Amino acid sequence: MSTFDVLFHRIQTGCETIAYPDGPAPALPDRHGGALQLDSTRCMDTCHACMDICPTQAIRRTRENGIELDLGRCLFCGSCVEVCPTQAITPTNNHRMAVRKKDDLILGSGARSQLRLAEDLGSRLIALLGRSIRLRQVSAGGCNACEADVNVLGTIGWDLGRFGIQFVASPRHADGILITGPVSKAMELALRKTWDAIPEPKIAIAVGSCAISGGPFHANPETHAGADGIIPIDLYIPGCPPHPLTILDGLLRVLGKLKNSASEHAE
Amino acid sequence: MTPFATLSNASSVSWDAIPQKTPENMCSSIAEAMANGARICSFFGLPSDNSISLNSGSKTIELVAVLAHDTEDALSVIRSMPFSGSFPSLTPDHPQAHLFERLIFEEHGLTPTGHPWLKPVRKTETNAPRNSPFFEVAGSEIHEVAVGPVHAGIIEPGHFRFQCTGEKVHHLEIALGYQHRGIEAALTGGPFPSGIKQIEALAGDTSVAHTTAYATNLEVLSGTEAPLQAQWVRAIALELERLANHTGDIGALANDVAFLPTSSACGRIRGDFLNLTALICGNRFGRSLVTPGGCRYDLEPERACRLRERLLVSLSEVEQAARWLWESSSSRARFERIGTLTPDDAARMGMVGPAVRACGLVRDVRFDHPAGWHRFAQIPVSVWPDGDVQARARVRWLEIRQSGEFLKEQLAAAPGGPLITPMPPLMPDTLAVTLVEGWRGEVCHVAITDHQGRLRTCKVTDPSFHNWTGLALAMRNQAISDFPICNKSFNLSYCGFDL
Repeated sequence: MSTFDVLFHRIQTGCETIAYPDGPAPALPDRHGGALQLDSTRCMDTCHACMDICPTQAIRRTRENGIELDLGRCLFCGSCVEVCPTQAITPTNNHRMAVRKKDDLILGSGARSQLRLAEDLGSRLIALLGRSIRLRQVSAGGCNACEADVNVLGTIGWDLGRFGIQFVASPRHADGILITGPVSKAMELALRKTWDAIPEPKIAIAVGSCAISGGPFHANPETHAGADGIIPIDLYIPGCPPHPLTILDGLLRVLGKLKNSASEHAE
Repeated sequence: MTPFATLSNASSVSWDAIPQKTPENMCSSIAEAMANGARICSFFGLPSDNSISLNSGSKTIELVAVLAHDTEDALSVIRSMPFSGSFPSLTPDHPQAHLFERLIFEEHGLTPTGHPWLKPVRKTETNAPRNSPFFEVAGSEIHEVAVGPVHAGIIEPGHFRFQCTGEKVHHLEIALGYQHRGIEAALTGGPFPSGIKQIEALAGDTSVAHTTAYATNLEVLSGTEAPLQAQWVRAIALELERLANHTGDIGALANDVAFLPTSSACGRIRGDFLNLTALICGNRFGRSLVTPGGCRYDLEPERACRLRERLLVSLSEVEQAARWLWESSSSRARFERIGTLTPDDAARMGMVGPAVRACGLVRDVRFDHPAGWHRFAQIPVSVWPDGDVQARARVRWLEIRQSGEFLKEQLAAAPGGPLITPMPPLMPDTLAVTLVEGWRGEVCHVAITDHQGRLRTCKVTDPSFHNWTGLALAMRNQAISDFPICNKSFNLSYCGFDL
């Protein structure tokens, strides 16, 4: 009974995996907003409404560059967008957010009004890892939201396996590590040991604002402010948690599996 | 005359109105209440107001206990005089106190005299938790299996020590603390703007339940109440959170016995439920939805209508996917009579949520201690009698149905009106308690203010704190190869436990 029901259902539903990246990306929820952009020329000199309301001090005013917004620390709560009287900070509704350098997440004036999306790993690493990469995931103080949205990439809707990307149980089988959480001090040793157990060459990916900057826990003495003080990071994927599409975009981007990266950037 | 101050869920009591006893009298009063059916929601220490006592120069601590009387819709609070040194342990007679007492020992250096297994719970030492030595079963045939902190999968870290002969597990010790981020300490002295954000990520799959409890406490302490529309949105988001996680759990159980049709279907449907939360607030985990004073995003009639349409589709899909699993005799053979907990053990360990309801016990905050929107809209309690893996899966399935019915009814019953109310300053010297039935069970937040109306403490008890020991008990005399399905059938939080 059940067997026929299952088979019938399978035939009826067909393939449930999204068409992306060959087809269009699924739409973000309308209230998601995607990456933020900053037009600091709109900022008034005396205004600090966004700095006051930001729960993670992701926004600051520097003497040289004026207002700066660090999307690595941002939780995308939208409070700054709400309070800004001049619409200097606005959502882009763009899911693409992954960068190679932490500084590329800092929005400022001029060319830095948007984040600088990640380039691929370079021809040598792409030749080694591009067609098949195995990752060991370590949650180091992660709250299970980033973990859940990394896990979701393995479901039939996303099917990460079709890109040759797989999460493995042993660091010995891995080509890299994917870290979530601010790195609680209690996980520091375990994280270091896992990283050391992965053979060279290897890459490290930080997923979520906690792993990038400590997120809401950045000032807590029991945690580090992100993973890059402990392990050199090759790819930063911001969000709290990042949408699965943002994570997938980051993984494909760094492996050079997205066509026309440059034109996407210009969009 | 009761030695306790009595209050109901989501309410407050003046600090001075809480009876203050010697530690010995306090503990005997708690033991007496528990013998009459009360259970511990929270039990903790708190540095006393003048923390340096004049004569000895040493720090003194007050103990505070919050008990639940489930059949009477009542909570009771008691506290001790400031003291240092030791107090009589409740654990030998009432084992549900064991972790609370270990935490008091770890945080304040007070010794619960007579505690059979006294060691820290989540203390970090330099770069790892201080969780050894582990309990050892002696004997030449015994071997020990150590698992974690880094597990074979995309999950949070924790350490498991199994004492086995062959495949058979005699004892499992679960040692956590790897996820400790110091959240309670960071909340002290607040409320700070960052507080609600730390609460959102306290247990990231339970954001709505924890933020609702935290925000409700602050509202109670400031003598206000979130507008009805906000309470309604919170109740809807809470059930969506339950639907997503229960669906994910049924899929994960199916995956662990290699029953892929249900596993694949539930993996996707879970995402569809998360997307319904994202429809309300833009975030799949309900981040930025609940805030002290109300909610930040409304569920307008048009949006509620869209939500309802998508919900109906997902509900019928999950019904079908679950049916495949129940009809699969090979899956049932793996789930039935595995990881069985007796109702007695579950009650003695003070367990909560689907894990306790799968032992046939009726225990559900939404029913026993209704607050917020649940005062107006009830959800029947789902129970299953057997206490095994199958029962825990079945309770989740019943709850998926009940949450679905609740949402179908409630989505058409928006009260309307404002969504947020301004927050006056917090009342000084007051204790507030809020319980919320999260998808794993009872989330308990206790907030206490000082003379200036700042938070002296914000004590959080995630349902996992009550339930991890239940998993250890369920593993006794089981095959170690059944640990994954036993673990999935509880699916407890590491970060919610470690804070």
